[in-house]
Amino acid sequence: MADPTCSLTGPQVVDLYFMEHRAKLLDLAAFLDRLDRASPPGGQDDLRVRALQLAIPLLLDGAGNRTRRILELLSDHSSEPIAAAHSQGALGAAAATDS
Amino acid sequence: MPYIDPHIHMVSRTTDDYARMAEAGCIAVTEPAFWAGFDRSSPAGFFDYFRQLTEVEPKRAARYGIAHYCWLCINPKEAEDLGFAREVMALIPEFLDRSNVLGIGEIGLNKNSRNELQILEEQIEIAKRFDRLILVHTPHLEDKLKGTRLIIDALKNARIDPGRVLIDHVEEHTVTAVLDGGFWAGMTLYPDSKLTPQRAVDIIECYGRERIWINSAGDWGHSDPLSVPRCHVEMRRRGYGPDLVAKISLENPIQFLGQCPGFRPTS
Repeated sequence: MADPTCSLTGPQVVDLYFMEHRAKLLDLAAFLDRLDRASPPGGQDDLRVRALQLAIPLLLDGAGNRTRRILELLSDHSSEPIAAAHSQGALGAAAATDS
Repeated sequence: MPYIDPHIHMVSRTTDDYARMAEAGCIAVTEPAFWAGFDRSSPAGFFDYFRQLTEVEPKRAARYGIAHYCWLCINPKEAEDLGFAREVMALIPEFLDRSNVLGIGEIGLNKNSRNELQILEEQIEIAKRFDRLILVHTPHLEDKLKGTRLIIDALKNARIDPGRVLIDHVEEHTVTAVLDGGFWAGMTLYPDSKLTPQRAVDIIECYGRERIWINSAGDWGHSDPLSVPRCHVEMRRRGYGPDLVAKISLENPIQFLGQCPGFRPTS
């Protein structure tokens, strides 16, 4: 159990935030359904989608600090600077997540 | 309630945004030099940009009673070309004594490359040489964790006083390293990437209200110049009083930025 740092009671947290997170859950489900319906298919192999699939079980493992652990899962864990920057953007998931 | 947005790119925002921010209580902004959404074709482009930050924006902000301050640097997205970056860095000293310049920023890393790191180290040295505050950009998304670690190492190697450095765009996986290192932490509120108002308040609840602030980092992309007051609403939803808003969005920015003698937002 996490330290009780939230200013609200458990029931208050549910009352305040349930609906917006119900909507976010349905958005995620609809995104995965949309991917299934795409033609031609193939997005399931995208490293970003695979990273999401790896992250989802962390929501229910009961270990706490879910946000930090998901961010870490999506992160590049190498330690040395890369030789050169060949692009300026970021994908949202590290290639290593896909291994 | 009066507040400071300590990181927003007003050159990319409309005058209407200044008006709406003033109506929401904004009394001061600080604007780091950044990537404009495209690579400048010459250092002269940065000369004009620095003039815009030090001459044009303060006047535009003043029309709405908002004090405007800025930070100068070559941003990490345009730091891959060492020669180009050094030409831009050579322009910085002549602007440093202008009245609204707070220090060097937002320096940092983007893709965590060797050249980005080299230019970061050279700009840290500029801040040391001129005894200026530093505002640091940490990389986006999957590059943030590694970049934050490299940046903290570079700052420690340079023996910079961490109390004079704000490391921005922290999230749940980087905030501990920043605060434990003695640095200030900035939380950026973005619609998709970075933090929501809810997560920012979560971080305050978990890591405390010292050496931390919130900002909109509003710019030319998907962002909201009113995200700071929206986060204040989130604080109130959780039952916090005006003391928390004042601490995070007024007292903390004044404590950090007040280390620059020219910062007088309420005068």
